Amino acid sequence: MPIPKGPHLEFEQPVVELSMKIEDLLKNSEINAADVKDLLAKKDSLQKKIASKLSAWNRVELSRRSGRPYTLDYVQHLFTDFTELHGDRYFGDDPALVCGLARFNGQSVMVMGHQKGKDTKESIRRNFGMAHPEGYRKALRCMKMAEKFHLPVITLIDTMGAYPGIGAEERGQAEAIAKNIMEMSVLRVPILCIVIGEGASGGAIGIGIGDRLLMLENAWFGVISPESCSAILWGDSSKKMDLSETMKITAADLFELKIIDRIIREPLGGAHWDPEQMYRILKGVLTEELEALNKLQVDALVEKRLNKVTSIGQFAG
Amino acid sequence: MEWFRKAKSGIGTLIKRDTPVDLWVKCDGCKEILYRKELAANKYVCEHCGFHFRIGANDYVKLLMDEGTWQVMDTNLRSTDPLKFTAKKKYKDSLHDAEKNTGAHSGVVAGIGEIKGIKTSMAVMDFRFIGGSMGSVEGEKIARVLKRGLQMKIPSIVVAASGGARMQEGSLSLMQMGKTSAIIAQLHKAGLPYISVMTNPTTGGVTASFAMLGDINIAEPGALIGFAGERVIRETIRQNLPPGFQRAEFLLEKGMLDMIVPRKQLKDTLASVLSHFI
Repeated sequence: MPIPKGPHLEFEQPVVELSMKIEDLLKNSEINAADVKDLLAKKDSLQKKIASKLSAWNRVELSRRSGRPYTLDYVQHLFTDFTELHGDRYFGDDPALVCGLARFNGQSVMVMGHQKGKDTKESIRRNFGMAHPEGYRKALRCMKMAEKFHLPVITLIDTMGAYPGIGAEERGQAEAIAKNIMEMSVLRVPILCIVIGEGASGGAIGIGIGDRLLMLENAWFGVISPESCSAILWGDSSKKMDLSETMKITAADLFELKIIDRIIREPLGGAHWDPEQMYRILKGVLTEELEALNKLQVDALVEKRLNKVTSIGQFAG
Repeated sequence: MEWFRKAKSGIGTLIKRDTPVDLWVKCDGCKEILYRKELAANKYVCEHCGFHFRIGANDYVKLLMDEGTWQVMDTNLRSTDPLKFTAKKKYKDSLHDAEKNTGAHSGVVAGIGEIKGIKTSMAVMDFRFIGGSMGSVEGEKIARVLKRGLQMKIPSIVVAASGGARMQEGSLSLMQMGKTSAIIAQLHKAGLPYISVMTNPTTGGVTASFAMLGDINIAEPGALIGFAGERVIRETIRQNLPPGFQRAEFLLEKGMLDMIVPRKQLKDTLASVLSHFI
């Protein structure tokens, strides 16, 4: 397995060093895989040990780790015949949120998700995965199209938030997100939502209301990022680590709070250590989930979704 | 000692008022010094510049509902601090302080009353309760108001005043956006009117859900309305924001509102609009 490119996270260092050692040994033609068996086992147990001790903040770091698969990586590896659809028909096209027709196991679907960039140039073009209102309006246009042609909708969530800028406010960021949430709650086709990386606030939920909300093991989802929460309370990001615990933003926390329906396991060390395995895992989960949703009659499907969406919350009295 | 006891109870009621208790008040808009009694008679709107002072949730109930028609509901709902949230201040303590200051268990007053004889289900948010932020209880109360509108086939109104989703309840508060908006979708389907009234301020997850989804969106003059906070935007784009940015007048110009209505005309306007729908 190739070692993921850096920059490495601090807690990954011991595994990276060990992996490099193994790689170096294997370069020697007199040493074969059987000779490094013990070292490989050591690497595995080290990774397992690190995985068992990950803090909430470590998972936030993993969710942003370069080399982690983004929306279009999943689209390329899990789907066939992807045809990207552009534009909201009102103002423009938003490369921070991609939408398109595709086939999943042969079934036509509408797939969409936030898209981050892999280098500086693409990151800027994709606005770091922070969508403008036109992104959310394009998403809604495509969802309504999916409804018209009876195609299930699959959304991949990976955003630091909807973009906070002058143009975004002028063009109604709040209205665009509000309308998506409202329409998704009653859309008459199955909707599967998966948090693949970051799931921050309105930007995430703007494509995040559906029949099932799934989450990768090292993704985070919440009302605000730990840094922003720290900035609001203390004026700087210094308390982000402690806050990320109390904010309950990890998949395990959210499963316990019944916010998400399922945690999707990642390869050892995180999705970036073995993207191919990540694609296989997610494909298996989506196959299972979509099969279950395909079986429901549309009225029952929407009623079930409405019940789910309107019953979230914890209170007394 | 009878006189002494009387004075004490008198002071007690004064403290519970949610508006300035001083005899004179300085206007935040034009800095004019205003006589409090006259200001109150003018619905807490400056007679010189029209600046709208912030008023409490119950003041809106009094302002909008016909006398003697208001039935308050769901007053017993309270937060359970589901995340056991502890940061600079424990959420439990914030809740306790807010309850003490407002005499209520949540930042939403909900009920049914009549607006010029039109039976209406209404929720009003109270900014004094943790910045009017939307937690599970606030979301539930607004959802119930909308549901009552749906079940009783009467109009619904939400008067918003909120900093957005309540950080201390994390994703549970985020999901209240879905909860409230899903019922508005059903109101649309049932052909029932829902009017959103935005007061100063209406921001974040509240704007990005039920506040922007009215058949009619109304704002009070000068109200701050937006998705992202001013500081976040300034820090993101690193430039100054244009004057009047995210104010009601800006939103009207950009097409996000149907109208800006001064507080004194709010009741008449609501009754007039609703009369077309029922």
